[in-house]
Amino acid sequence: MTAFDPRGVRTDVPLTRRVINGRTITYLDSAASSLTPRTVIEAMDRYYENYHANVHRGVYQTANEATTIYEGARDAVARFLNAPGGSSEIVFTKNTTESFNLIARSWGATFLNPGDVVLLTEMEHHANIVPWFQLRDTQGIEVRFIPVGDDFRLDLSEIDELMRDVKLVSVTGMSNVLGTIAPVRQLADVAHRHGALIAVDGAQSVAHSSTDLVGLDIDFLAFSAHKMLGPTGLGVLWAREAILDAMPPFMGGGGMILDVSLDGFTPAKGPSRFEAGTPPIAQTAGFSAALKYLEGLGMANVAAYEKELTGDALTRLALEFEGRVRIIGPGDTLERGGVISLDVEGVHPHDVAQVLDQFGVCVRPGHHCAKPLMKRFGLAATARASFGPYSLVEDTDVLLEALGHAVKMFG
Amino acid sequence: MPGLDELYREIILDHYRSPRNRGELPPPAVRVEGFNPLCGDEITVYAQVENGVLSDIKLTGHGCSISQSSSSLMSAAVKGRSLEEVRGTIATFKHLMTAHEERLDEGPGSSVEADVRRLGELAALAGVVKFPVRIKCATLAWNTLTQALDEIPVVGDTSGV
Repeated sequence: MTAFDPRGVRTDVPLTRRVINGRTITYLDSAASSLTPRTVIEAMDRYYENYHANVHRGVYQTANEATTIYEGARDAVARFLNAPGGSSEIVFTKNTTESFNLIARSWGATFLNPGDVVLLTEMEHHANIVPWFQLRDTQGIEVRFIPVGDDFRLDLSEIDELMRDVKLVSVTGMSNVLGTIAPVRQLADVAHRHGALIAVDGAQSVAHSSTDLVGLDIDFLAFSAHKMLGPTGLGVLWAREAILDAMPPFMGGGGMILDVSLDGFTPAKGPSRFEAGTPPIAQTAGFSAALKYLEGLGMANVAAYEKELTGDALTRLALEFEGRVRIIGPGDTLERGGVISLDVEGVHPHDVAQVLDQFGVCVRPGHHCAKPLMKRFGLAATARASFGPYSLVEDTDVLLEALGHAVKMFG
Repeated sequence: MPGLDELYREIILDHYRSPRNRGELPPPAVRVEGFNPLCGDEITVYAQVENGVLSDIKLTGHGCSISQSSSSLMSAAVKGRSLEEVRGTIATFKHLMTAHEERLDEGPGSSVEADVRRLGELAALAGVVKFPVRIKCATLAWNTLTQALDEIPVVGDTSGV
């Protein structure tokens, strides 16, 4: 049994009571965005009702309180990740995508030279592909990919050859399509042995398992608040302090300077130098509440519970739809998260999702911003179901019922 | 499940399972590819025009039941028609797809009812309007055919279209 009560979590999330097409919602799209607990919504309401002011430089009381809330979230994130250098290593961004653009445009543009290689994997989200292609076009770097095997796991058999001239390894901690969890610590050791740095896309992994930056020994980590019970509009970039200090600002404007004159500017020290303009303040209030909520559940417990749900769903899908539904991802729960991509024979993913919607079931059809991975497996799209800590085994019941209807309808 | 039945009419499922006019045509037939980048649907239209008539049309591609059945229904409706008639059918179909869903149930004399009458079998796709995200699926083939018609060389064409 799990160490927390998922039914209690369900009760804490108002949107789980929504009725869609006459049925209570079955939300299976947490990999795209998680649902929001009431405490997170209330934290943001409290902020707007009592403390709202612009952060930093204000002398009056609410401005100080808003600043305390904003900087308090930075501390909360550092604690959640066990960041070796504390909150001075936490940069707030808009989302994971912006975090990767920041790494590429600031660190990449400064430290990568023509001929240098950035090593990705075939299972990356476009957010960890396109910024590197953009840099290739302007800096003359090379982008290379670690292949994904037919077992839906990274094929590291030729990793030492792939590491030639690599300056940065940038990998997802968990595929948003396959559910595959990458061996991040192993890859960090490989990268460092070859004198390269390693960045991790934590959009899925940070949201669904415990993260210990000291133990992982990585150099950059990017993730989004809205995939881990927090609000939209807020992302995080963590990087080692020494690396952050050497990176030039990405965007210029207010808030990121130490000094500006008619002759030029001097950027601020610390993470604020990457936070030009008024940041998402209310969202940090919500995110602090989300982190507190997740810490209350325990991320190891969340991972174990979602693994249980995933194992049950994989077994029942295989049993009830043998030969009709193919799982695009590992068939067992070993090093695998709660993302289940389905290829239903003879039914296009958009039609699957449309039929499921009539049952109030929310799954995502499409390429999931991972077109190279889709191409790798000869697919244009999949229908993807994904779990969160508020998911219940009943959600899988409804998913199977609705899938059965779709299969029957398209004969 | 009334909502789904309105979208997935039997005729739509039939054209999805057994699409008409599948295949390719050699040059001088015009070949145009259409994409729906959001969902990855792809359609290639081959249009053969002789003396102002769309004498033959073939389609390849892949995608959801709505995009594929719409292309199949379209090919059956426009094959052998004059370019003027083809353009008229395209205009009528696209007009239907822009109809507000509440107007679908309007009675005789309404513009929607007139569209449905003119479109015959194609009117089976009218239910798509109630599922706004799928309208792009239904119109993909039609936009691609429009582009193909625009690319047909005027040389040797004496139809006066």
